[in-house]
Amino acid sequence: MILLRHKVTKGDFVLDVEAEIPDTGITGIFGESGSGKTTLLRCIAGLEGGGGPPVHRRNVGYVFQQPTLFPHLDVRGNIDFGARRAKSRRVDGEHVIDMLELATLLDRRVETLSGGEAQRVAIAAALMRSPDLVLMDEPLASLDRRRKDELLPYFDRLHDELSVPVVYVSHDIEEVSRLCDHLLVLERGEVIAVGSLFDVLSRVDIPLLAGRNAGVVLWATPVDHEDGLTRFDFIDGDIWVPGEFPTGNTPMRLRIAASDVSIARERPEETTILNVLRSTVEEIHRVDAARALVRLAVGNQSLLAQVTNRSVARLRLGEGDRVFAQLKSVTVRR
Amino acid sequence: MNLYGPLWLSVQLAAVTTLILIIAGAPLAWWLAQTETRWKPVVQSVVAMPIVLPPTVLGFYLLILLGPEGAIGSWWAKLTDSALTFSFAGLVIASCVYSLPFAVQPMQNAFEDLPERVLERAWTLGASRLDAFFSVAVPMSVRGFVSAAVLSFAHTLGEFGVVLMVGGNIPGETRVVSIAIYDHVESLEYAAAHRLSLLLLCFAFAVLFAMFALNRRWSRR
Repeated sequence: MILLRHKVTKGDFVLDVEAEIPDTGITGIFGESGSGKTTLLRCIAGLEGGGGPPVHRRNVGYVFQQPTLFPHLDVRGNIDFGARRAKSRRVDGEHVIDMLELATLLDRRVETLSGGEAQRVAIAAALMRSPDLVLMDEPLASLDRRRKDELLPYFDRLHDELSVPVVYVSHDIEEVSRLCDHLLVLERGEVIAVGSLFDVLSRVDIPLLAGRNAGVVLWATPVDHEDGLTRFDFIDGDIWVPGEFPTGNTPMRLRIAASDVSIARERPEETTILNVLRSTVEEIHRVDAARALVRLAVGNQSLLAQVTNRSVARLRLGEGDRVFAQLKSVTVRR
Repeated sequence: MNLYGPLWLSVQLAAVTTLILIIAGAPLAWWLAQTETRWKPVVQSVVAMPIVLPPTVLGFYLLILLGPEGAIGSWWAKLTDSALTFSFAGLVIASCVYSLPFAVQPMQNAFEDLPERVLERAWTLGASRLDAFFSVAVPMSVRGFVSAAVLSFAHTLGEFGVVLMVGGNIPGETRVVSIAIYDHVESLEYAAAHRLSLLLLCFAFAVLFAMFALNRRWSRR
């Protein structure tokens, strides 16, 4: 476990964090702008906050929102900058270059790189330092949609192939659900939730994770195709998703937004909705005057449904009730 | 030699002054670019004074400071058993003061123009502050260094008032080209004055032209 303990005051803003995060996988730091995400990251790196060893002795890799490469060095020079100053050589340079597909860019001048390419070089440079922890501050935020989609698969590979723990700051719940294993939610400089991605996403009592951010991530294994759909094997039932995803034994992440889940007492027969799952009401949380978030248990996994308070009353929904969850839309995250 | 001797002396003076100013001015420029102290405007004003002060005022104070009774002059006399005034060493010190702003300001501007985060990035990649200064800040500020060197060299070459006050007119020691031209005009040797003046004129143009042309090429890249 990595202990985060930082307190810093900037004018009216106070960041006061004390939390433990796992020393494996990717931990997302999620929050609105101004919640202190970047400040927390800068404190971990020693760029702010004061106290502790100087930045260059901390052995953390830092990927900034804007890829600020060194223009007087070519791509190779930029990547080697960290390697030459690394205390150990735990990271295999060739593997990093391979993973981020930089081999053909090595002799290029940095001004000739696109935003996505520059960010890949910046990530490689940070990794070549053989850091104990990699900090990423919204590395996709400065890119447009297309470049973002180009870069995301590289992050998947980092996630799968890298043994270094990563702290990933983001305000985009879709990005977080795709990449992160753990989640820390920050609000006005304070930690309001920390835990595994699945646990934190299925909580109904976090205002930031209500509304359009509300939704869960499920694990399911793609087993076969039919009518242009992929069938995912899921606890006593199937989930059908448009598109033909490669089948096998590896479970994939499915993201289901709370606004795409509705609840029925009886199994709906005549409906266009493909995916109907038998579930149990676990918790009902009133979000505002009109809406409520309902957590449904499906086996050992959870779903969130966003419904109106009126429907809760009309169906007389209560905790422990056996109901059917209808999933209007499911996206495969990875 | 008699005619071009002063020119050669001027070049030597300008070269030594430029070298000292770049080496000593860079840390000062760096400090000015980085500091947030409220004393910054005070230091900046002191550094910029030679631009606005009449050279005679500067020369007058330097004469007192470097003279055998002055703070620096007496210390120098104890150390080397010679006087600073009316010597080449004294001229170097005077020129360094006189040309200081022309070295410090371009370097400071270049340091201030470094992109945000670029130094922080160097630190997170394992570079200490000193390492980051030499491996990132300096190479990224080459233009500022070139401007600083060119301007201090050219400015030192053209000084007159300060040299006259502090150095006098000793052939081979303090008789620089601007003094020599003045002398030639005084003695109505217009041909000699013409030759030296034209040389300086062409040199000044060539140097400035080279700098602006280089700047243009760099900014296009």
